[in-house]
Amino acid sequence: MSTVAYITVRGLFGRRRALLLLPLPLLLMALAAICRGYDVKPSDWGQPVIVGLGLAVVLPVIALIVGTGVLGSEVDDGTIIHILTKPLPRRDIILAKLLVAWVVTALTTAVPLFVVGLLADSTRLGVALAIAAVVGSLAYSALFLLLSLVTRRPVLLGLVYVLVWEGLLGRFVSGTRVLSIEQYVITLADKIAPTGLLDGKVSVPVAIVMSAIFALGGTIYAINRLGSFSMAGETS
Amino acid sequence: MSVVELQNVSRWYGNVVAVNDISMTLQPGVTGLLGPNGAGKTTVLHMMAGFLSPSKGAVTIDDKPTWRNPSIYRDLGLVAEREAVHGFLTAREFVTACARLQKLPDPKAAAKRALEMVEMTDAQDRRIDTFSKGMRQRTRVAGALVHEPKVLLLDEPFNGMDPRQRMHMMELLHRLGDHGHTILFSSHILEEVEQLSGLVQVIVAGRLAASGDYRRIRRLMTNRPHVFAVASSDDRRLAVALIGEKSVSGVEIEATGLTVRAADYGSFTRALPRIALGEGIRLRRLLPSDESLESVFSYLLEA
Repeated sequence: MSTVAYITVRGLFGRRRALLLLPLPLLLMALAAICRGYDVKPSDWGQPVIVGLGLAVVLPVIALIVGTGVLGSEVDDGTIIHILTKPLPRRDIILAKLLVAWVVTALTTAVPLFVVGLLADSTRLGVALAIAAVVGSLAYSALFLLLSLVTRRPVLLGLVYVLVWEGLLGRFVSGTRVLSIEQYVITLADKIAPTGLLDGKVSVPVAIVMSAIFALGGTIYAINRLGSFSMAGETS
Repeated sequence: MSVVELQNVSRWYGNVVAVNDISMTLQPGVTGLLGPNGAGKTTVLHMMAGFLSPSKGAVTIDDKPTWRNPSIYRDLGLVAEREAVHGFLTAREFVTACARLQKLPDPKAAAKRALEMVEMTDAQDRRIDTFSKGMRQRTRVAGALVHEPKVLLLDEPFNGMDPRQRMHMMELLHRLGDHGHTILFSSHILEEVEQLSGLVQVIVAGRLAASGDYRRIRRLMTNRPHVFAVASSDDRRLAVALIGEKSVSGVEIEATGLTVRAADYGSFTRALPRIALGEGIRLRRLLPSDESLESVFSYLLEA
């Protein structure tokens, strides 16, 4: 399992798209620092920066880049074959990939969100956002890992989920929020550090149970899909 | 000793039948899987390697099914046609990683041995994305061989190799076959198979067209009538003269010239100038029109 994780990490940071991980967290922290620097009231900038940028864009987009990068790109260029032609339980391969995606996403998003929470309100909000981001990273990673195996265009489908389902429908159709990882993250952060800045729209039990369902269900289904991985012949 | 077996295997994609009721058994030694492009060779190889489920029938290695059974990779190595390798790794890192994933007791020593076998020791510390096609191919073979599998499947292993690299690879496969490994490689080039393997399985249009010793099949191929396109100053008179020649089995007169069917390549090509000279006819064109591989294969299919 460690060898799969090693190759995955080398692959993730050996590609140019690893650079995409930098600008969004930097932008997030820079915006918060500017607002704080100019003494804008946190009640004015807190919600748009934390929720509008941090939780609705930075967290899911980074999870998408990493989650599809750990497996989708190997499926895409065919290098996955070198890992699949080994006597490894498919569970081990998926868990190694999920672990890498989770750790990288969590580190890249929890740190800037902690900084933003700290600047907006308190250390407590910072910690709450970081914890919620770690939980959200796991649910998103499992989802995007699964997408890499069920479609040839995981990035596109992931973007549709993040922008259309969570972003658009989540705003106007309340029922869709039950299947929105973003809403779980907001609810969890709000529960840990109640401030006026976050407004959780699903209940805490729903947030916890649904996060677990996304993480577990996505992982189990991905393991099953990888077991039946098929290669189409190029000449036949 | 490992035996790869296909029993009445078919594979279809929607309405398209890619592989049609093929049964074959591969024994230790080198076997060539021969057929024109699009015949279904890759589909057969992928089913053997556990990357496609047969729509019908069974694919087994030592009686164990290959589909959804990762444990077969302990005894199986695959060199796929698509030459994707983790380019950010060096050859040594790549082969060592393969050895580790195989859970070999001493991955470094196994990697060293495999790299020596494919003669990649000199370049082993260079990143794979700096390699030529042939070097990449050899690195992939080293990765597939590192656990010394009993069965090695190679899909078009000679594609893109220069003659020297080709020879190296052929020697390597021979050596492995002589040591009791079961090697199957696919190719659409007859001569590659001729040089490498006594046993062939010929697939045409998804069916097993011929199976067995190469020399026997080759004889079938050389016995087929040869077709020539001939144009001359007087086609009709030439046709009359040719039909009297023993080696000619048929003549057709067409707008652009004659189509001549000859049973024996050698005697016809010697007889034609003699006949033309005797009749005072000037030959303008002589083209063997039947030498494409597809026609050889389709002839086999009819035979």
